[in-house]
Amino acid sequence: MTRTVLTVDDSRTMRDMLRMALAGAGFNVVEAVDGEHGLEVLSAHRPDVIITDINMPKLDGFGFIEAVRVDDDYRAIPILVLTTESDPAKKDRARRAGATGWIVKPFNPEKLVDAIRRVAA
Amino acid sequence: MDELEAIKVTFFQECEELLADLEGGLLAMQDGNDDGDTVNAVFRAVHSIKGGAGAFGLEPLVRFAHVFETLLDAVRSNEVPSTPDLVATLLRASDVLADHVSSARGLGVVDEAVSAAMAAELKACTDPNAAPAPVVETPVFEAAPVAAAPAEALIGADDALDDDDLGFDFQPMTITIDEQAADVAAAVGNVWTVSIRPKSDLYRKANETALLLRELARLGPIEATLDASAIPPLDLLDAEAAYATWTVRLETEEDETAIREVFEFVDGDCDLEITRGEGLNPDAALAALLAGDAPAAAAAVPVVVAEIPAPVVVEAAPEPVAVAPVVEAAPAPVVAPIAPAAPVAAAPAAAPAAAKTQQIDVPGPGQSVIRVDPERIDRLIDLVGELVINQAMLAQRVGEYGIAPSSNLAMGLDELEQLTREIQDSVMAIRAQPVKSVFQRMPRLVREVASMTGKQARLVMDGENTEVDKTVIERLSDPITHMLRNAIDHGLESPEERKAAGKNPEGVVRLAALHRSGRIVIEVSDDGKGINRERVHSIAIKKGLISPELQLTDEEIDNLIFLPGFSTADKISDVSGRGVGMDVVKRSVQALGGRISITSRPGQGSTFTLSLPLTLAVLDGMVVDVAGETLVVPLAAIVESLRPKPEEVRPLGPVGSVLAVRDSFVPLIDVGLTLGYRDSSPPPTEGVVLLVEGEDGSRAALVADAIHGQRQVVIKSLEQNYQQVDGVAAATILGDGRVALILDVDAVISLRRREPPRPAEPTLIAAE
Amino acid sequence: MTEEITVTGERRELISFRVGEQEYCVDIMAVREIRGWSPATTLPQSPGYMRGVINLRGAVLPIMDLACRLGMPVIEPTVRSVFIVVKAGDRMIGMLVDAVSDILSITDDLVQPTPDLACDAVRSFIRGIISIDGRMISEISLDRLLPEREALAA
Repeated sequence: MTRTVLTVDDSRTMRDMLRMALAGAGFNVVEAVDGEHGLEVLSAHRPDVIITDINMPKLDGFGFIEAVRVDDDYRAIPILVLTTESDPAKKDRARRAGATGWIVKPFNPEKLVDAIRRVAA
Repeated sequence: MDELEAIKVTFFQECEELLADLEGGLLAMQDGNDDGDTVNAVFRAVHSIKGGAGAFGLEPLVRFAHVFETLLDAVRSNEVPSTPDLVATLLRASDVLADHVSSARGLGVVDEAVSAAMAAELKACTDPNAAPAPVVETPVFEAAPVAAAPAEALIGADDALDDDDLGFDFQPMTITIDEQAADVAAAVGNVWTVSIRPKSDLYRKANETALLLRELARLGPIEATLDASAIPPLDLLDAEAAYATWTVRLETEEDETAIREVFEFVDGDCDLEITRGEGLNPDAALAALLAGDAPAAAAAVPVVVAEIPAPVVVEAAPEPVAVAPVVEAAPAPVVAPIAPAAPVAAAPAAAPAAAKTQQIDVPGPGQSVIRVDPERIDRLIDLVGELVINQAMLAQRVGEYGIAPSSNLAMGLDELEQLTREIQDSVMAIRAQPVKSVFQRMPRLVREVASMTGKQARLVMDGENTEVDKTVIERLSDPITHMLRNAIDHGLESPEERKAAGKNPEGVVRLAALHRSGRIVIEVSDDGKGINRERVHSIAIKKGLISPELQLTDEEIDNLIFLPGFSTADKISDVSGRGVGMDVVKRSVQALGGRISITSRPGQGSTFTLSLPLTLAVLDGMVVDVAGETLVVPLAAIVESLRPKPEEVRPLGPVGSVLAVRDSFVPLIDVGLTLGYRDSSPPPTEGVVLLVEGEDGSRAALVADAIHGQRQVVIKSLEQNYQQVDGVAAATILGDGRVALILDVDAVISLRRREPPRPAEPTLIAAE
Repeated sequence: MTEEITVTGERRELISFRVGEQEYCVDIMAVREIRGWSPATTLPQSPGYMRGVINLRGAVLPIMDLACRLGMPVIEPTVRSVFIVVKAGDRMIGMLVDAVSDILSITDDLVQPTPDLACDAVRSFIRGIISIDGRMISEISLDRLLPEREALAA
């Protein structure tokens, strides 16, 4: 059974890299370019896991995570947040918003898949 | 690794866009527009470049971007105020960043000293007190405070499990294999006891104990016990809260760090205690439970846990252990090593991916955008071009059959022509792009040229959204670059000279794009000193480019700079030079079917005007006959067509004639003569006259033998296989399959002004 | 009709053709196609050897009268006249010739240097002479044949 990952990131490069790592691990990937778009895509597809960046236009990672957690339909979907290692404050804030776990950028595909395994059924 | 290479290409493309956004944002800030959105966008641009660069290990770029990003972060959180000086610094930093990107692409080298100096300057702006750089967070997970509660909960099982209260049969069980006891005793060093009491936050973040247990199981065989003693009765149950405590006996060779790592994500969201050895005796706890101490509402546990989907066994797991959900009808909170391949059905909360998505690229924010391979568009446009030709050929052949215009066939063909035209318009529109992509490189160019020549210049841009076919866009960059260089290097005076002349020391250079009479016009104007006409004239004479006796208008003198071999610089400066004179620019513009000219007001400035066809692909034209040759005259140049009366044709001078048109006299030009198709002209009254207007507004009356009609034609290049021909803009293929030349109206007008055309060398006209 | 000469060396294939009474040839790798004659649209202000342009499947192909280019009298096209479409660099051009003869397979040691004649055209356009069966076939150098892309005076 193929699982679906929703990636939310305003950087095309990052989306491509995530897709390459995830598709290579057998996941189905849907993408969004910012938080606002992420909510739209979320309602159209039911991802098993969400991976989101923090800095994005329109609706940033924090806002996106909060919005997801508020919605009954989606609050149980694990959300992994992409962070840079030099920013613990951002990571904490993401967790307070409801992030399930995190992945440090630049990520390596193995760690990415590991992180997903740890949070997804 | 092809896919990675492809993403790298994408990355560099994205960098170009991000650098443009960065500059745009900084320029906006410079103009005083520094609201949160703008500053944030600027920050994100650098942040994204850094992120991608990190993924590809482009170290120097990452390092510089990091320093830049740190400062921008401080600016956007208002720790560092945004002053004009700061913005100027940021603009310079953006130039250095662009250099780093180019260098990372292998397209140039970064000046190390400049980069280091810039980085130091950025750091100084970030914190004048030179605070240390942000500490890199260590991934080691801090131990969660051990709560005393779990111990109590485990041992002090208070409420009894009342089997009959809610009709649930709750059978906590431990399965212990006795043979293990000996092993356990021997390997006590490898035994750990982990107690986990999740707090409600853990679930709020969609973490699941079951998954934590599964992860632990990857370290070694586990036995997990659930203490449900804290679970209140159903009616008191808060579905959001956490009541369960798990005690896990883990046998592993890993150390404590590895165990703690499993709980990295839930740090703070659960009470965690890790001790070596057997720790609390699970049997004692179990006995307490079996003694009926578990609360009645243990049956309600399924409610709490039902929100947690049961995990799917990962086949690749080294220690095949299935964690049975507490949900199921026979709740077995304690797990035993079970043979693999016992997949547990997933709960509905995690719906399997139903929709398989296509690999379509994402619609962009704000508008629907699809990314398409340009080759496909080009092919589509070629095909549509063929369609147009074919449709014309069809119409022609049918016409030869003498079908009545009102017949179904004729009307059907008309509709076909309409449709074809519409398809062509739509397809051309796909490729139309705003000139913005070319314009946005220019501010940096202006900054650099100004700095190199010691001038002060400010660039004002207008009409960036003017659209042009892709084929033309790519060719705009060079001419615009040269015009800008020329304007700053030669047009603008030095700041001192300007002050002395009562002007603002900072010169203004204006770059504008607009549509005019079916073409795109690019203007580059400066408020400098204008062209020194005497100097230009004397240089042209000195270089033998014109004869001294020739009387020239001011405008003609201005345009002498386009003559081949002309250059007012005594040495070719690094800026405008590298040997590229305006004549080369003019030639390349003409090769596109374009035109370039200059006007100037001494002391006030000059304006370059560059005009190009909107597309290099199609043209509306009038098909005419001249000396047995079929020519196409661009409709955009035609003012009207007329049949001259004898009294309207007046001779002027030895060979020429003019046509009286209403109040003015317009020179008569026999196209056949000008192009060398014939040696003498038949009387204009026997043919038709096309009154045309050139780019500079000058008018002429072109004489042709007959008019065949109007048609939209597909432009085919002559230069591709041959070269440019004077008087000819391009070629096309008509309905009969033959090539027809497209007239270059301006060239014909100016050819006429020169010496009489040289007679064509004798050729045998190909027999039909 | 392939003639094989068994000598060691890089083997090349050439198409030979007639211009007037003379025989010429050109490297087959450069030849894109051979087309029957069709009327060309005249190019104004062009050198005499440029006959005009024709439509080659939607592209505009310039036609060069090879005889004229070599300084000989212009070709009067007949039904057997032929355009040899060649690619030189990034350009394509059609050479108007009287007829195509055959395909030769030769090695470079068979190409003799061009005899020194006073004629510029010969020196510029002929790479070398090939002697086969008593025939003298001159190999055309395509790079020199096409006119330089000069931009005519502004």
